Amino acid sequence: MSAEGKKPRYMLVFGGLAALTAIEVAVAFMGFERRVTVMILIGLAVWKALLVAMYFMHLKWETRALKILAAVPFLPAAIMIIVVLMEKF
Amino acid sequence: MTSHSVDAGASRYEPTTFKVKDKKLGMWIFLASEVMFFTGLIGSYIILRWGAATPWPVPGEVLNVPITAGNTFLLICSSVTMVKAFAAIEDGNQKMLKVWLLATAIIGACFVGVQAYEYTELVHHGFLPSSGLYGSTFFTMTGFHGFHVTVGVLCLLWVAIKAFRGGYTQADHQGVEIIGLYWHFVDLVWIILFTIVYLI
Repeated sequence: MSAEGKKPRYMLVFGGLAALTAIEVAVAFMGFERRVTVMILIGLAVWKALLVAMYFMHLKWETRALKILAAVPFLPAAIMIIVVLMEKF
Repeated sequence: MTSHSVDAGASRYEPTTFKVKDKKLGMWIFLASEVMFFTGLIGSYIILRWGAATPWPVPGEVLNVPITAGNTFLLICSSVTMVKAFAAIEDGNQKMLKVWLLATAIIGACFVGVQAYEYTELVHHGFLPSSGLYGSTFFTMTGFHGFHVTVGVLCLLWVAIKAFRGGYTQADHQGVEIIGLYWHFVDLVWIILFTIVYLI
């Protein structure tokens, strides 16, 4: 499960997650155009989720089969969000 | 596809499928079903919100974003303590395994406590599950997540008790890995919910 012979730098990932959370809250109250705010916030949330999945859940070092299993349920989720966004914008 | 192999250093057989231990694969399949469950909830929220006949309330004006941002930070901290617990037992460090597991359970319980406080304040100000679409979707999504965190805390306590009884070794600690996967997933879901429900 862990990186072969090399330990992941968990505290660095933690620092990244904390910083991204602070940026998210700041962006939400900065008063950008709504469409820009939504896109930035979704981008930051996906980035944070990927950090958790890849490093804390060790998906980065898992087998290809497990990576596919983890990714498959996100496919309908992504399709749904893209379709809704296309309808809105 | 399915095979029975001996885990390096372990004293018992570990059935595997696609080179993944079966218990771990089972947790990943469960998490895949959880992704679909939360996608259904979030998808309903997005469609109801954008299709609402009346203007949707601005989350920052109804909800307490600073407190919830702090709570989000707490949950991120608990993910770090959880992964530290796993790293500790991978190194054979029993003492730190117990410390980090207990820290994770305590921080998780604090998250639920803050959420309970938030609910109390909202209800006190007249914001209820019956307060229209916004109220019902908010309490449904955050409530189900809070339920998942509560179950996670109980499982963590169970794993911690087993750790205190010496139930995990450097060679055999799959229980720690599996509860860790669940806990990180709960954190991951909150990251998405916090953005969708509180910030957008």
